[in-house]
Amino acid sequence: MPTISVDKAALFKELGRDYTTEEFDELCFEFGIELDEDTTNSDRPIVDGKQEPPQLKIEIPANRYDLLCFEGISLMLNIFLGRKPLPNYRLVEPAGGELQKIIVKEDTMKIRPLVSGAILRNVTFDKARYESFIALQDKLHQNLARQRTLVAIGTHDLDTLQGPFTYEALPPKDIRFRPLNQTQEMNGEELMAFYDKDKNLGKYLHIIRDSPVYPVIYDSKRTVCSLPPIINGDHSKITLNTKNIFIEITALDKTKVEIVNKMMVTMFSQYTTEPFTIEPVQIVSEHNNETRITPDIAPRTAQAEVSYLNQCCGLELSQQEICDLLKKMAYEATPSASPDLVDVHIPPTRADILHQADIMEDVAIAYGFNKLPRSFPSKSGTVAQPLPINKLSDIVRVEAAMAGWSEVLPLILCSHDENFGWLNRKDDGNTAVKLANPKTQEFQVVRTSLLPGLLKTIRENKHHTVPMKIFEVSDVAFKDLSLERKSRNERHFAAAWYGKTSGFEVVHGLLDRVMSMLKSAFLTGEEGLENPQVNDSHYWIEELDNSTYFPGHAASVHVRIGGKDITIGSFGILHPTVLENYEMKYPVSTLEINIEAFL
Amino acid sequence: MAADLTSLTLDALSKSDEPILSTEVFPSTPSLSVKSALDRLGSRHMVEYETIDKEIVVLTKEGEEIVANGSHEAKVFEAVVAAVEGLKISDLPGIVGKENASIGQGNAFKRGWIKKDKDTLRATTDKIVDETQAQLLNVKQTQNVSDKKTLTDLKRRKLVTIQKVISFKISKGPKYANEFVKEETDLTAEMLQNGSWKTAHFKPYNFKAKGAPTPSGALHPLNKVKQEFRNIFFEMGFEEMPTNRFVETGFWNFDALYVPQQHPARDLQDTFYISDPPTADPPREDPPNDPHVPKRALQSTNAEKKLDYQEYWDNVRQVHENGKYGSIGYRYPWSAEESLRLVLRTHTTSVSTYMLHKLAANPRPARYFSIDRVFRNEAVDATHLAEFHQIEGVIADFGLTLGGLIGFMEVFFAKMGIHQLRFKPAYNPYTEPSMEIFGYHEGLGKWVEIGNSGMFRPEMLEPMGLPKNMQVYGWGLSLERPTMIKYAVSNIRELLGHKVDLNFIETNPAVRLEKE
Repeated sequence: MPTISVDKAALFKELGRDYTTEEFDELCFEFGIELDEDTTNSDRPIVDGKQEPPQLKIEIPANRYDLLCFEGISLMLNIFLGRKPLPNYRLVEPAGGELQKIIVKEDTMKIRPLVSGAILRNVTFDKARYESFIALQDKLHQNLARQRTLVAIGTHDLDTLQGPFTYEALPPKDIRFRPLNQTQEMNGEELMAFYDKDKNLGKYLHIIRDSPVYPVIYDSKRTVCSLPPIINGDHSKITLNTKNIFIEITALDKTKVEIVNKMMVTMFSQYTTEPFTIEPVQIVSEHNNETRITPDIAPRTAQAEVSYLNQCCGLELSQQEICDLLKKMAYEATPSASPDLVDVHIPPTRADILHQADIMEDVAIAYGFNKLPRSFPSKSGTVAQPLPINKLSDIVRVEAAMAGWSEVLPLILCSHDENFGWLNRKDDGNTAVKLANPKTQEFQVVRTSLLPGLLKTIRENKHHTVPMKIFEVSDVAFKDLSLERKSRNERHFAAAWYGKTSGFEVVHGLLDRVMSMLKSAFLTGEEGLENPQVNDSHYWIEELDNSTYFPGHAASVHVRIGGKDITIGSFGILHPTVLENYEMKYPVSTLEINIEAFL
Repeated sequence: MAADLTSLTLDALSKSDEPILSTEVFPSTPSLSVKSALDRLGSRHMVEYETIDKEIVVLTKEGEEIVANGSHEAKVFEAVVAAVEGLKISDLPGIVGKENASIGQGNAFKRGWIKKDKDTLRATTDKIVDETQAQLLNVKQTQNVSDKKTLTDLKRRKLVTIQKVISFKISKGPKYANEFVKEETDLTAEMLQNGSWKTAHFKPYNFKAKGAPTPSGALHPLNKVKQEFRNIFFEMGFEEMPTNRFVETGFWNFDALYVPQQHPARDLQDTFYISDPPTADPPREDPPNDPHVPKRALQSTNAEKKLDYQEYWDNVRQVHENGKYGSIGYRYPWSAEESLRLVLRTHTTSVSTYMLHKLAANPRPARYFSIDRVFRNEAVDATHLAEFHQIEGVIADFGLTLGGLIGFMEVFFAKMGIHQLRFKPAYNPYTEPSMEIFGYHEGLGKWVEIGNSGMFRPEMLEPMGLPKNMQVYGWGLSLERPTMIKYAVSNIRELLGHKVDLNFIETNPAVRLEKE
């Protein structure tokens, strides 16, 4: 969730009163934003010899782009408090009647096909407004625009430029201009090299770097306005004295480009001489049928069902009461002719409204979540039951603990070596699920065995007295290409002994105990596998030659359930090379079995 | 040894009518051994004793050296006298040693034994009295320095130190006897058989000590808390969901939950993607006869509808791309390929989605829960791990209200001892309304966020085929956070993973969430 800082005194001035921190926190809470911090009593940084005035740091829900700047927060809170009406945003054509144009060249289809634009006339900036204007662009770039990949904004001093504009895509070498705040002209290739190590812009270069053509916006005199999504030209840069602002927005996403346009103009049109007026721009883009006039700030009309709103909120509001509540959330709403409907005009600022469910939520917020009549949903009876594999796991867990073993809970992700090489196991490529983008070596694969976690737990607990007896009952995962998700979990039980002697027989004894609690009888050679006395379920062990274990001191574990023989796991003394890999001083015996056969 | 001491003590007392002093009777025995012997006798009222703390002055190694061979200044004096023609200052250290030279020269001047003649030292007297040596000899004999100033001076010169000596003044007790009767430590089977228990003397039990430690296994503290939560769900009629599935598809983890494909949660920065196996299949019917699926306890009278997975897939695409079910949609080109990418589930809500889709075969009131591991590609720190447990609850029913969700949460959290809740509007792509749940924490004296909740969006439910008048509550919280608050654990790595201290696991008390 984005967090934005606003000047406390300025916001309270806009809201018409002072709030204590607690009062403002309460207001935020009811409205659905979160006061993170009031810096009044903290050490504030000193900027240009002056201490920064107290700030309010406010967390904004990720879909409320209209709250990403001071202007939006103060406006929406004022509307919520009933202090201000929703502004009437209007498009106003220029005096001459002819709109500014952005003419789109077809080559832009190769890299960044969409553009939108708008003009704000006769704006009065001061330092705070100017900074907020820049900050909003930054927040939109970070959030909705996904780090400028989907949408990028360029803003310009219109009086330094001469329309009509063209939006083109040209080979990098053919684009030459002086980037914002630089002293030298450079071409597209040089620009990439120049900003390669730049800590602000470097991270955006990849978006276009390897493309044969770069997107670029020119005015009619071939002045470069911007090289989206990287940087603007210095020529048309905005200053505190800028009066007329040209906004161009390039994008890959048709919906988001218009949302961004609406946010920019609705938030800053209040600073024009005639507040809330916006001059539209004509986009000429015949090749992809995107010729249109932007921005479209007409409210979207929708209808919401009174019965639906009331049912979900548990209220019995009239049409009019609903309309009044919606007004607090910046809608314009009127009772419809049909008694079960209200007509809702969704303002251009509310890009988050998709369905009447969103309108319903706003009714509930305006009413107050904490004032809603509370009830307990009790008209339907349901039957509780555990997941069978969890019930089985609990039996094994409790038996192991009662037998004197301690349960541990290591991580499920581990390194490739921990899962394979360190256990003297080979990766056949068909076993483990591998991660594409782990941040560290610790998380390369989903474990296929519980042993790495047990051994790491012992390694980190060397201060503990010996013997250590630990166990875990949890899932491992395997590749399984026959399934929709190409993998499956398997519930395992594993235990490890660490002590001055090997503990081989102790681990064997734990297996016997758990098996007997699972009603599986032990078969010895004398009884034979065909003994009709041991029906239902039984198990036996066989000597196992396996490089994880010390030769001659390992066994595989087999069960016969319902006439079917299954190998469910193994136990043994770990091979000294395994002990060395895991930095063990003393011998370790382990047991690991798949318990799903007992489901 | 201790047994010997007890009889030695009794012997010593028998020879004297006066109280005896331990330092005199057992001068070389450590006072701890003496005390344990006296305690054994004392607990049987055979002796009484009082402890005497005394400080004595003892010589340091340097002090002992002076007593044996004279003080530094005496050595310097002797050296000067020995040199007939006077002694060059620079030759002094070579004769008496560096230390003697530097300390002794000054003192010898002070006492007027020697004088300086340019670079030569000459004696001013024939005979001296080595007071320092005499003083230290006295200390050695009396273990005391009567004059405080002298003591401070000697201490400063590191010639003596103070030592604490504990001695005991021992006298006969009311049950004094010359011999220590043999005592039995325990009642044994043999004593029962031969009847010796009737006459035996039993050693008094030490009621101030702990018993013998009992060997014991232990369940993991986090799993104990998990079990408490499971019990709460069971008490409230919830069925446990099959979360034994770490690998999910983009479809079940995100798309089906109406999380748009450009949502930041789907970034490589936040979600673990799978490189091998490379890609999933579109959603399809489960394999038959899965032993993991529980037998349904309550048989429904309604016929089950066959689920159409292709239709579900298409509905999800449409509701993202163009909107459907009264929603205008996110309006972006939806990618099937993105939907088939494999991920480690970032939440167990993917399984809730799977269960709700199954419910569409026969829509009916249902309550589901799960508590299981989820994965986030986060940088690891004191409060974040790449893995943690999510507690998730889902209630599906006809005509549910937001007030009902609030009312339910009050009961749910009251069962874990939290009695004051308030709800903040929030944003979550798959719930609308969304509410963050805050609970008042008595211990911390403030409101803390304890979970997230909401009603699932129609864009998530209607593509499954669930009827429009069925609402579904969903809520979730992490298992680790309330546990950390409860046990004042500040680092999540002390609670989950291989770095957890086994002693913590083994000594952690039983969990009763409803009790503070």
